[in-house]
Order: sequence, then C-alpha cells, then structure tokens
Amino acid sequence: MKIGVFICHCGTNIEGTVDTAAVAEASREFPGVVFATDTMYACSEPGQDGIIEAIKEHRLDGVVVASCTPRMHEPTFRRTLERAGLNRYLFEMANIREHVSWVGKDREANTNKASDLVRMAAAKLLKNRPLFSKQFPVNKSVMVVGGGVAGIQAALDCANGGLKVVLVEKETTIGGKMAKLDKTFPTVDCSSCVLGPLMVDVAQHPNITLHAYSEIKEVNGYVGNFEIQIKKKASYVNWDLCTGCGLCIEKCPSRKATDFFNEKLATTKAINIPFPQAIPKKAKIDPEFCMKIQKDKCGVCAKVCPSEAIDFTQQDEIITENVGAVVAATGYDLFDWTVYGEYGGGKYPDVITSLQYERMLSASGPSEGHIKRPSDGKEPKNVVFIQCVGSRDKSVGRPYCSGFCCMYTAKQSILTKDHLPDSQSHVFYMDIRSPGKMYDEFTRRAMEEYGANYIRGRVSMIYPKGDKLVVRGADTLMGAQVEIDADLVVLAVGVESSVGATDLAKKLRISYDNYGFYMEGHPKLKPVETNTAGVYLAGACQGPKDIPASVAQGSAAASKVLGLFSQDMLASDPQVSVVDIKRCIGCGKCIQTCPFGAIKEIDFRGMKKAEVIETICQGCGICTATCPQGAVQLQHFTDNQILAEVNAVCRF
Amino acid sequence: MPILEGKELRIVGFLCNWCSYGGADTAGVGRFKQPTDLRVIKVPCSGRIDPLFIVKTLMSGADGVLVSGCHPRDCHYTEGNFYARRRLEMLKRFLPIMGIDAKRFEYTWVSASEGQRWQEVVTKFTEQIHELGPAPKIAGADAEETLKLMEAAL
Repeated sequence: MKIGVFICHCGTNIEGTVDTAAVAEASREFPGVVFATDTMYACSEPGQDGIIEAIKEHRLDGVVVASCTPRMHEPTFRRTLERAGLNRYLFEMANIREHVSWVGKDREANTNKASDLVRMAAAKLLKNRPLFSKQFPVNKSVMVVGGGVAGIQAALDCANGGLKVVLVEKETTIGGKMAKLDKTFPTVDCSSCVLGPLMVDVAQHPNITLHAYSEIKEVNGYVGNFEIQIKKKASYVNWDLCTGCGLCIEKCPSRKATDFFNEKLATTKAINIPFPQAIPKKAKIDPEFCMKIQKDKCGVCAKVCPSEAIDFTQQDEIITENVGAVVAATGYDLFDWTVYGEYGGGKYPDVITSLQYERMLSASGPSEGHIKRPSDGKEPKNVVFIQCVGSRDKSVGRPYCSGFCCMYTAKQSILTKDHLPDSQSHVFYMDIRSPGKMYDEFTRRAMEEYGANYIRGRVSMIYPKGDKLVVRGADTLMGAQVEIDADLVVLAVGVESSVGATDLAKKLRISYDNYGFYMEGHPKLKPVETNTAGVYLAGACQGPKDIPASVAQGSAAASKVLGLFSQDMLASDPQVSVVDIKRCIGCGKCIQTCPFGAIKEIDFRGMKKAEVIETICQGCGICTATCPQGAVQLQHFTDNQILAEVNAVCRF
Repeated sequence: MPILEGKELRIVGFLCNWCSYGGADTAGVGRFKQPTDLRVIKVPCSGRIDPLFIVKTLMSGADGVLVSGCHPRDCHYTEGNFYARRRLEMLKRFLPIMGIDAKRFEYTWVSASEGQRWQEVVTKFTEQIHELGPAPKIAGADAEETLKLMEAAL
C-alpha cells in the first residue's frame, strides 16, 4: 500500500506548538509512506484539492491526515478520498490538535507525539481494507409510542407527510398530562381547547392507527424494518362495538374505583371513560372494583349496553406491527412527594400536588372548577405554593431542575386569584426560572398584577393548627423566619422519567441517563435522534419539557422520520462484525453478549456457527473481544488493526 | 523519533469513541494542559477491548496503559462498558501473576463533556507511571518467546 500523509497547520492551531514540517519529514520514514507534506488548511477546498492531486500524482492507495479530531472532519476527508476514486475506508486520521497542540506547550514533545500518532495511523491504515455498504429497502411506516402532546404532534406530522402511523398509548385515552391541565402558560388559554382538536385529528386521520390501552411487548428488527409486538390490555369491553354512549357508566352501581385521571381526588365507577373528550371514547372496566368480575354478581352494564359490547371474559391480546422507524414519546411522571416528611409526607389532606390542583381548577374536574379544600370542602383564603418539590434537591436524588414548575406555579397563582378574588397566594421559591418567550413577563404579572407574594426560601415544616396548616419557612432575602397560616398548600412537584421508561429503552436498545431520561444522539446536534438508528425521541421522555418544547420536538422527530423515509433504500454502515466461518466453533458466546441481538446461530453443514445480521449490527465490537477464537472481527477495528497501532507506539 | 529520553514514558490509552475520546477532545477544546506521554488508540466501545490488548501492550514495552469508557449505564451500545468493567477488573487481578505491576494499568470512566476530568485522569495516571519509572524489560530470549506466545493467543 502506498500511503500519503498530510500534516495540517490548522492556521496556528497546530503549527503554533507542533513543527509540522518535521512531522512530515519523519513520516516519510514510516512503513508504507511514499509521500508526506504539511499543508495550511487540509479541510479547505485547496487543501482537499491538494490531497486529490497527490493521490493521482503519487498513485496513493491510502491517506493519513493529521489534523483535528476525526469527530470533526473524518466524513469530510472520506468524501475527498471518494472524489479521488479511493474507498472511503482507506483513510485514517491522526488527532494532533485536540490531543496534542491544544493540550501541550512543549514544541519538541508535541512534535514527537504528533509523529507517533501519525505512525500509529499509518500502521493501522496498512491493515485497512476497502469496505462497501449494502442497500436494503425501508418500510415507510412509523410507530409513535406515547400519545401525549409530543406523540400526538409527531404522529400527526408524520401522517400529514403521507406516512402510515401506528400510535400506541398505555392509557385508555390519548392526551397525556396536557389533557389533565386546566389552562396553559403563558397565554392562559384552555388546555383542552388546544389539545382537543388535535386528539380528534388523530382519531379521524386515515393514516393513523391508534392502539390505546396498549404497551410495547417486544421490539425486533432494525432501522427500516422493525417488527414490534404490542400487548392490547383487556378492557373487558369490545371496543369495536362500544360507541361511548355512557349508559353503562350511568347504571354501574360501584362508585369506589380510583379516579386516576382526576389524580385520586375523586372516585369513579368500575366501568368508566376517563373524561368527556377522551379519544378513543371507549369504556373500560376496572376489574378490581367490578362486582361481576370479582364476585360474579351484578353485570348491569352488560344488560344495559345497547351494542352488547361488554365482554367479561376478554383477555390481553398480542398484535404485531411492522414499521420502519419508532418515535419514543413516553413523557414523564410526577415525583412522589410523600418522601418529604417536612411537608407532611402525605398525611395532611390539604397538602396537594400541582396536578391535583390543576384538576381542581378544571371545569371538567371533580369539583367542577371550584377550589375546595379536600378536608372540608371550604373555599381557601390563603394558598401557599412550595416550589422545587423533587427538583434541584440532591437529598432526594433529583438534582436537576424540572424546568416548568416555576411557570405553572405562576399560572396557578394567577388562576387562584381569578377563581377566588379574595384569596392570597404565597409562593416559596429558590430561583425563578422562566427563560421562554413571554415567560418572565408572565411570572412578573403574577407578582405585580395578581399580587402573589413571592418569598425566596425553603419551607422547613408544615404542621396543622386547628383547621389550618402552618407553613414555616425562611425568607432569605429578608433574613427572617416566616410563618403563614395556610388553608391549602400546593406543592410544585418536579418531574421524573415515566414509570417503565427504562424497560422500553431496553426493548428499543436506546440509552438513558441516571434518572431514566432517554439520551439524545448528541446534546446539541442530534437532539431528537438516539444512538439506535431509526429510533427518535419526542417530549419529556428525554428530559423535563414544557408544552411548546414538546410540540417542537414532536415535529422535529417527525421531520427526521420523513427525512429517513425520503429514500427508498437505506445504506448500511459497513463497519460491522463478520464471522470467519472456518474459525467459528459455534460456542454462542457472541450471541449471548451482543446487546443488539445482531448475531444468530446458523446451521452450516451440520455444524453450529454464528452469523452477523449486518443491518442490525451497530459496530460496538463486544463480540470481537468476547470470541475465544478470534473468529468474529469487527471490520475497521480488527484485532490486527488495533495491535498494529500498539506495535507502532511500542517499538522494540 | 524515539520517545523523549528522561522526559516522557510510554503510555498507551484505549478510549471509547463516544465518551472518553470525546472527553479528551473536550479537554483539548478547553485547552486543559496535560502531560504529553499518552498516545491514544480509539476503539468503538470499551467493550471492544480484549484484555489481551493490554497485556500485549505492556509486554511490548509500554510503561502504562489507561483505558477509559463511558460511565456505567451511559454506554452508547447499552452495556458495552459493563463487559469492559468485568473483564478489566479481572485483568487487574491477573497482571501481578504475569509479573506486571498492576499500578501500570488503570481503567476509568470519562464522559464526552468531562474535559476537566480527562485532564485530571491523564495527569494523575502519568504521575503514577512516572513514580513507578520505566517498566522492567523482559530480558533476551525470554522476551521473544513471550511475545510469540502473545501473538499466538490473539
């Protein structure tokens, strides 16, 4: 192999502390190198043209560029090689900027180190082989997991773009957390008036198939060709027949079922529809409270149902959907605030969560929009809001900021004044974080126009006194202790990743952080992609997000899916593992260790062998390090290639 | 060019592409000054690292080997660093049996955003190797024999 080496000055970035001419001089002695030069800006147009010219003039078979990190310009130079007619994998990069010139000041040591890195790159390049990607067809349909506002937006954008969409929602209705809200900040417009039409669009869209009350059971396949098993949970009502008339709910005698939609503020019937605008508007029986299912008595719903939809024997059902991409939009859950003993730890009925308060404010909520104390039903005068409950608190394992609690607290204090003009809101806060459009103005209005009393400090304890609660805390701006007799305390509860999010992540083979939030492909440049090709993220499953951000991300994920599906064929990354069938002893260790299920057992002339499914392999090389025979080799990072680098640096 | 006599020792770093290589880049972007001894070999994942690479590197005359991957649970490939952790922990216990000072090998976790941490890791490890001094060389015929065995094993 004839190798050409190009040492980049990067202006003074490299040349400032590395003698590039000396590195080029030294490179000429390295095995395989027939041409070496230093160049001002290798990545610029003249720089790239220089490389192409040298390839042609010196009939080079491979190129080493010593410049910045390969994370920056490896794709650039690979394209340069292709333009010169070489295979893109006959290229190696030595990182002499981030790893040398920018971290060391000693010119002699830097020059020496840069030469070593070039030597290593050239040694590896000698072992490189041309690699070619393969083409495979794509199934142009997408699954959206989670029917909150982010999932709805992603589903509608994809469907409007002409894709077939499968929307999977674990609850009986889509809408997510937004459907539970009364008003939204900073416009104070009605949440269900904004979301409702979108939900109806989902139901009526010819391209969208909605599986409500369903969960992902298993994910197989790869980008372009996923095969996903969905568990449709038993609702004991045949939804094909149910018209959502509500007669069954009216006649059901059991009123004890927990009303999760109303955040347990009320009870509901054993057969129920969560709220009037539910999509799909279908009834579900809660088996725990149904007397027919528990004791084989009653069965009134079945008797009154005009469409004979009730089916007490219904079982969970598994269905399979084939899609080409997945958008995860599993949203968030509220932090369990009862760990806070100083706030009563769930003992005082008049200490409620923000989402419970939201239901109380909602006209379709359990109190029909009237603010009432849960303990005695009286109207509160003094309402105390406590922020950062389960946010920015290391002691409960939630050091991150939940982002939107400052805003919804301001909104709720404004709504409190609207509902009860004689009331007074007090807000205990740590900082006010309101960086969105019109957000800071909004929190100011809460203070100035609506007279909310903002107190900077933590609450040390809440205790009952008569029918009131005493909230004792610090005012750190005044440097004083404050005590407020509160009628109602609302905790601005923080956000955590939704229950079961990590299980889904494992099924989708995407990574998540310490808190269970899904990891984006790159924190800045790939905000909706994941590390698994064909899987995208939308909404609060990736981290706390308010409605505008969730909607924006839903649309962004949809645009990525539409971009992916704009091609009829996808090209696979050829940096995958291959099995040397002669060396493979069929022990199956690689199959066990592969995190992607990309290796399968095959029968080869009556012998067990392993085979890599190229389209699934992500190129991690765990199999290569596992194989006791060295039979599985990750292309472009084979044992020989890595050891060639070792040998180049350890020369004895 | 040989390594700078008396100034540098030979340290090889195996870095995963997604976190630690990025972390080393971040350290560069942040101009966090580091000793120059370390030479980095990029691998896709710390799970790609065969413990024999490290043994081979040390046997071939490296004075120290540093492995760095993504923090546990942050792996780009979901669980590669768990495999790495198990293998490298085992290796660390075997090194003395092979006559290699276990202090010449360390593994650590550095994420792509932890430039400062990378600077600290490199500086500390380099100091540790300088304290140990150059690795004792395997003498004469023995050396060739051992290296041949190593080649055969890989």
